[in-house]
Amino acid sequence: MLITALKTNKEIAEMATNPWLIKQGITFEHFNYLFTKTPFLTFFKNTIIVTISVVIITMIISVLAAYSLSRLKFWGSGVLATGIFLTYLVPETLLFIPLFKIVGWLGLLNSYWVLVLVYPTLSVPFCTWLMIGYFSSIPKEIDEAALIDGANHMQMLLKVFIPVAMPGLIAATIFAFTVSWAGFLYPLAFIYSESEMVLTVGTVTTLIKGDVFHWGGLMAGALLAAAPPVIIYAFLMDYYIAGLTSGATKG
Amino acid sequence: MSIKDKEFVILVGPSGCGKSTVLRMIAGLEDITKGEIFIEDNKVNDIPPKDRDIAMVFQSYALYPHMTVFENMSFGLRLRKFSKENIKDRVQEAAKVLGISELLDRRPKQLSGGQRQRVAMGRAIVRNPKVFLFDEPLSNLDAKMRGQMRIEIKRVHQHLNTTTIYVTHDQVEAMTLADRVVVMKNGKIEQIGSPDEIYNKPATGFVAGFIGSPSMNFISCKIEKSSQGFLAKITDDIFFAIKQDKSKMLSKYANKTLLLGIRPEHISENKQNGALKIEAKLDIVEPLGMETMVYFSINNSQICGKVSPDNTIKNGKVITLYLDSLNFHFIDPKTDIVL
Repeated sequence: MLITALKTNKEIAEMATNPWLIKQGITFEHFNYLFTKTPFLTFFKNTIIVTISVVIITMIISVLAAYSLSRLKFWGSGVLATGIFLTYLVPETLLFIPLFKIVGWLGLLNSYWVLVLVYPTLSVPFCTWLMIGYFSSIPKEIDEAALIDGANHMQMLLKVFIPVAMPGLIAATIFAFTVSWAGFLYPLAFIYSESEMVLTVGTVTTLIKGDVFHWGGLMAGALLAAAPPVIIYAFLMDYYIAGLTSGATKG
Repeated sequence: MSIKDKEFVILVGPSGCGKSTVLRMIAGLEDITKGEIFIEDNKVNDIPPKDRDIAMVFQSYALYPHMTVFENMSFGLRLRKFSKENIKDRVQEAAKVLGISELLDRRPKQLSGGQRQRVAMGRAIVRNPKVFLFDEPLSNLDAKMRGQMRIEIKRVHQHLNTTTIYVTHDQVEAMTLADRVVVMKNGKIEQIGSPDEIYNKPATGFVAGFIGSPSMNFISCKIEKSSQGFLAKITDDIFFAIKQDKSKMLSKYANKTLLLGIRPEHISENKQNGALKIEAKLDIVEPLGMETMVYFSINNSQICGKVSPDNTIKNGKVITLYLDSLNFHFIDPKTDIVL
């Protein structure tokens, strides 16, 4: 991706050259093209807005849902927990047709806010299920101790559960981030104005003109689009995956 | 039952007897299906745990893993919106009592089992509650640490004088710590009494067998009427006359079989007045250093006796032993009551 993005169009088109080497000099023309001739920065901005909104919505809903499903034993909570996970198993290729009618009826078609609405249908079930697992691994005595210490459910969640389950929270955040950053089908189906497009679909539609592929531009766009997830994976993961729960009880 | 202010009460019994459930009901962690619990004069059945003014120490310590020792101990105070200086004073005071002042910045995983236990106690102490609840606090510690922490708990109780309810299955803890011991079995109270009473005057055969290590021996014997009063006959050769004070009570058991309970420590090789003399063929000899345990059979029941260390005693040898008749307990096998 990096090598092709730095090659001139002429060199990319020459089939005889070694694809791993840049022989005719490095060029930034593709990046220049991307920023000046295409609405790449709009795509980037839209993607960031969608992703941040989706991550926030997903984490709020799934943390609250997971806490109540793992700790407040109410009628049908077990069935509900399994049911939530099952909804995740329905593929998006099956869902986008009925969803198209629904978002059309809501008047959200051709706006990136539609993605903020539909991505949580993928991310919330999985993240909830993930967080249920993490919350369930917290020993019951810890909530009992907090209960006796005088914590109500909200304090227990914010001051005990979330800090203790931080590795799980990070994992869920990364999942929600990936779902909305890299989603392709829903933006392809629901959005058709360039000003509303996100990176995945936007890059492809502006840089593939009929049967002409702007390989240099495509690679430069893909490189820039892939950078934020890589950075987030690299930093967030290592930061918190230390065993925070060890030492809570005997051991 | 009722527990007096400042009293140290221990609930003891085999696992599954309901002692932890009782404690959890007092804490408000378990719903009460029947009956009432009062703390001082307030009925607490429907009061949530945080408003009962109790503090609990868990078997697994249940420290918050992401907080330092200081934060762990002050969590309850912070939730109750105490002032910063007040929190600091209380935590440092409690840390001093428990000897953990230099650990306040550490996290639970950097502490040893005994230190974690102290922190868990510290978390209870800082709140200065009406009642301390301990749920088998020492059972995760090794034997040496357990002995130390037992003394520590006793010291803390003497220092703070807070009413304490303590659950354990370890009778040594029960005997050494408690003002009063409650022996439970299958969710029912078998006996309430001082450690001395529980040991010397057990109310039921269960209590008699549960308290004491090795546990009390039970031998079946038959009560027979004789010319001078009543006789308790263990075998045709081993029998003894029942004393005047007990003969009236035992008279209705004439020609019936009772269980005779005698503790190992009341069987010795030294001749005593009024002791029942028997010849015992030893099955097993266990020298323990400061004493020797001997096992033999009477009437097909295995009997354990504690004798002075003597390396001449060997398996298969026949020795003369004396059973201290002052410490005989007669148990009705049908009702399990000690007569």
